[in-house]
Amino acid sequence: MLGRLSFSAIPLDVPILVGTFLGVAIIGLAVLGLITYYGKWGYLWKEWLTSVDHKRLAVMYIVLALVALFRGFADAIMMRTQLAMAYAGNPGYLPPHHYDQIFSAHGTIMIFFLAMAFMTGLFNFVVPLQIGARDVAFPFLNNLSFWMTAIAFILVNVSLFIGEFSQCGWLAYPPLSESQFSPGVGVDYYIWAIQLSGVGTLLTGVNFFVTIVKMRAPGMTWMKMPVFTWTAFCSSILIMVSFPVLTVAVALLGLDRYFGMHFFTNDGGGNQMLYLSLIWSWGHPEVYILVIPAFGVFSEVVPAFSGKPLFGYGTMVYATCSIMVLSFIVWVHHFFTMGAGPDVNAFFGIATMIISIPTGVKLFNWMFTMYKGRVQFHACMYWAVGFMVTFTIGGMTGVMMAIPGADFVLHNSLFLIAHFHNVIIGGVYFGYICGMNFWFPKVMGFKMNETWGIRAFWFWFVGFYFAFVPLYVLGFDGMTRRMNHYDNPEWHIWLLIAEVGAVLILFGIVCQLTQLYVTIRDRNLPANRDVTGDPWNGRALEWSTSSPPPPYNFAIVPHVHELDAFMHDKENGIDTRCAGGPYAPIHMPKNTAAGFLIGVFSLVFGFAAVWYIWWLAAIGLIGVIGTVIARSANKDIDYYIPAEEVARIENEHSRKLMAQAAE
Amino acid sequence: MAHDTTVQTAGHDEHHHESPVVFGFWVYLMTDCIIFGSLFAVFAVLHNQVNGGPSGRDLFEYSGLAQETALLLISSITYGFGMIAAHKNEVNKVIMWLGVTFLLGLGFVGLELNEFAHMIHEGNGPDRSAFLSSFFTLVSTHGLHVTCGLIWLVTLIVQLMGTTEIPERMMNKLTCLSLFWHFLDIVWICVFTYVYLASMI
Repeated sequence: MLGRLSFSAIPLDVPILVGTFLGVAIIGLAVLGLITYYGKWGYLWKEWLTSVDHKRLAVMYIVLALVALFRGFADAIMMRTQLAMAYAGNPGYLPPHHYDQIFSAHGTIMIFFLAMAFMTGLFNFVVPLQIGARDVAFPFLNNLSFWMTAIAFILVNVSLFIGEFSQCGWLAYPPLSESQFSPGVGVDYYIWAIQLSGVGTLLTGVNFFVTIVKMRAPGMTWMKMPVFTWTAFCSSILIMVSFPVLTVAVALLGLDRYFGMHFFTNDGGGNQMLYLSLIWSWGHPEVYILVIPAFGVFSEVVPAFSGKPLFGYGTMVYATCSIMVLSFIVWVHHFFTMGAGPDVNAFFGIATMIISIPTGVKLFNWMFTMYKGRVQFHACMYWAVGFMVTFTIGGMTGVMMAIPGADFVLHNSLFLIAHFHNVIIGGVYFGYICGMNFWFPKVMGFKMNETWGIRAFWFWFVGFYFAFVPLYVLGFDGMTRRMNHYDNPEWHIWLLIAEVGAVLILFGIVCQLTQLYVTIRDRNLPANRDVTGDPWNGRALEWSTSSPPPPYNFAIVPHVHELDAFMHDKENGIDTRCAGGPYAPIHMPKNTAAGFLIGVFSLVFGFAAVWYIWWLAAIGLIGVIGTVIARSANKDIDYYIPAEEVARIENEHSRKLMAQAAE
Repeated sequence: MAHDTTVQTAGHDEHHHESPVVFGFWVYLMTDCIIFGSLFAVFAVLHNQVNGGPSGRDLFEYSGLAQETALLLISSITYGFGMIAAHKNEVNKVIMWLGVTFLLGLGFVGLELNEFAHMIHEGNGPDRSAFLSSFFTLVSTHGLHVTCGLIWLVTLIVQLMGTTEIPERMMNKLTCLSLFWHFLDIVWICVFTYVYLASMI
C-alpha cells in the first residue's frame, strides 16, 4: 500500500533533523497563523499564487531563492564546522551517512533552487520591461514554471524528514548512484527533484526566447536591445539546448534504478563515461546559464552609477554570444583524468582557455565604463567592483585547471572547490544581489537601505576570501573534496580559518535580512520612495514606467529610437510614456489556478514515485494530464482593462510626477 | 529596413501581436529534438554492448516494421487532409480526418507494444543488455510521444464537436499538433533507418 514507505523512514534518531523539523514546523505554523489572523488567504491566492503577472512571479521566484539560500547555507556552515572539528581521531558531529547527504543537498539546492530561481526571478522582472512588452509570451507557462521549480524544492526538503537525500554528490555519478550501491530513496529524491524542476526551467527558456524574439517594442532592433536582455536571451538559448540533455542523463539513471536497465551499470554493458559526457554537456553550459545574466546585471549597473553609456556595447554582445557558443565545447575539462588521452584533453583545455578572452573583454568594458565616469559608490557598485576583483581571481584559477597537466594534480581537490565557489559566489551571487539592489525600487516602489547593503557586502566579500583562499591552499596540500574527517595536522589551521570565513558570510546573510527588514520598515520615508520610477537616472525602458509598474507595464507601447532608449528620450525631450494618451483598452491574461494544481499533482507524483507508491503516482499523473486538458478547454482566459481605467492609473502617476517636480 | 517595417506594422495596430503560440511550440519541439538526439547518441554508444545476448540483427523483423512505418506515414497524410479542411473551416471533415489519424496512430502504438511484448516474453527485455536498454528507451520515448499525440487528438476532437467554426485559438492548437505529429514522423524515419535498417544490413 505504501510501497517502501514505513514509519522507520522518519529519522527520529537524528537529533539535528528532529530539531530542524521542529524549527521548520514552528516557523511554518507561525507564518500560516499570521496569514490566517490577518485574513490574507484570499489575497495571497488571487493576487500571488495564481498570478500570471511576470512581476509577481519574479517576486515569488526571488523569495523562493532566498529560502533556498537559507537552506543551502545552513548545509554549508554545517560542513565547515564538521571539518573544523573532525581532526585527529575526533569524528566530528556529522557521521558520513549524514555528511554525504549534506554536501549533495548543498550543491543541488544552491545551483537549482538558489541560483536558477534567482536568475529566473530577475529575467521575469526585467526582461519584459526592458523590451517594452506587457508580459512574457506565455504568461500561464510562466506561472507553471514557477510552480514546478517550487514543488521540486519542496521535494528536496521533504527528504530531510522522510527518508534521506542522495549521498552521491550534486551530479550523482554512477555507478555509486546505481541501486547496487545506493539502494535507498536518496538518489530517487534527487532524480525527481531534478526532473520536475527541469520542466520548469525548460519552459522558462522557451518562454523568454520567444518573448525576446517576438515581443520587443517597435524600433528595438537586435543591436538596440539592452545588454541584460541580451544575456537573458543567450542564457535562454543555453537552457533550451542543454537542459534536454540533463533530462536524458537523469532519466537514464532513473531507468537503471527503476527498471534494472544497463546504461551506466558496471555489468550488462553499461558505460559510466557516457553519463559523465551527458551530464557535463549540460553542466558546463549550466554555469554559463547562471553567470551570463550576472554579467548582464553589471552591464546595467556600472553605466547607471558611472553616469556614462556602457563602453563597447557591440563587443559586449559579441563576447556574450561567443561565450554562449564556446560553453558547448569544453565539457571534457571536468574529467581530464579519466582517460580521454592527450589529444582530446589538449583540445578541450585550449577551448576552455579561449573562453577567458571574451570574458576579459567584458571586464575591460566595465572598467572603461567607469574610467572618467562620475562613479557613485552606491551599494550596487560595491557588489560590482567586488565582483570584478573576485571573479578575475576565480577566472585565473579556472585557466590553471584548464591545463590538463595541472589538472591531474588539482582534480577533485579542494582547489577545485575553491575555484568554482570563487566564480559562482564572486560572479553569480554578487551579480544577482547587485541586481536585486538595483531593481528593488522598480519592483516595490521604494529603495533598499544602503547602509545595511554595504555592510552585507563587506561581510560577504571578506568572508568569501577567508572561507575559500584556505581551500586553495588545502588543494595544493592534497586535501580532496567530500572528506568527512582527516588526520593531517597541517590542514587543521586552514580549515579553522575557512570556518571563520563561513561565520563572516553568516553575518553577511544576517545583514541582508536586516537590510530587507529596515527597507520595509522605512518604506514610507520620503527619501526612500521612488515616485518618478527612475531612481538612478537609468538608461533602459524599465525606468520609463512607474514603480511598481502597473499590471500592463506600458499604457502605450514605447517606440525605440536608439540604444539606451529611455536615456535617448530623456536627452531629446521625448515623452516615452506618451502621457495623456489617447489610451486604448489593454488585453490581459487572467490569473489561473492551473499552474498551481499541476505543480501539486506533480509533487504528489514525484513523492509517490520516490517511495514506489504506484497507485498514488497514478493519481498524480492523471491529475497533471486532467488539469492540462481542462486548461486547454477553458475559454475564460483573458480580459480587457478599459481605456478609462488605464487613463486613471496613468494620470495618477503623472500627477505624482508633477508634484515631485514641483518640490 | 527591419526597423522601418516594425515601426510601421506596430503603428498600424499597436496592441495586436500575432500569437506567438505556434512559433513557441516549434521552439519547444526543437528542445524535444535534442532529447531524441541525445537518445540517438546513447544508442550509438551502446548498440554493440549486447552482453552476450541477441543483437538487432537477431531480433528485428521486417514485416511488423513495414506495417508500423506505413501506418505512421499515412497518418501524417490524413492529418494534412484535416488541416486543409480546417483552413476551409469544415469542422465535420476536420473531426473525421482527426479520427482517422487517431486510429492509424493507435494501430502504430498497438503494433509497437506487440513487438515489445514479444521481445520481453522471449527474455530480451530492456534489462537484458545495454544495447536493449538503449533500444527500448529510444523507441518507447518515440512511442510515448505518439501516445501523448493520441490523447491530444482525442482532446481536440471533443473540443471540436458541436462547434461550427474554428476560432484562432483552436487553429493554433491544430497547427501545433500538426507540427508535433509530423515531427514524430521525422523522428520515426530516423529510428527506422538508424536503429532498424542499420542493424539489419
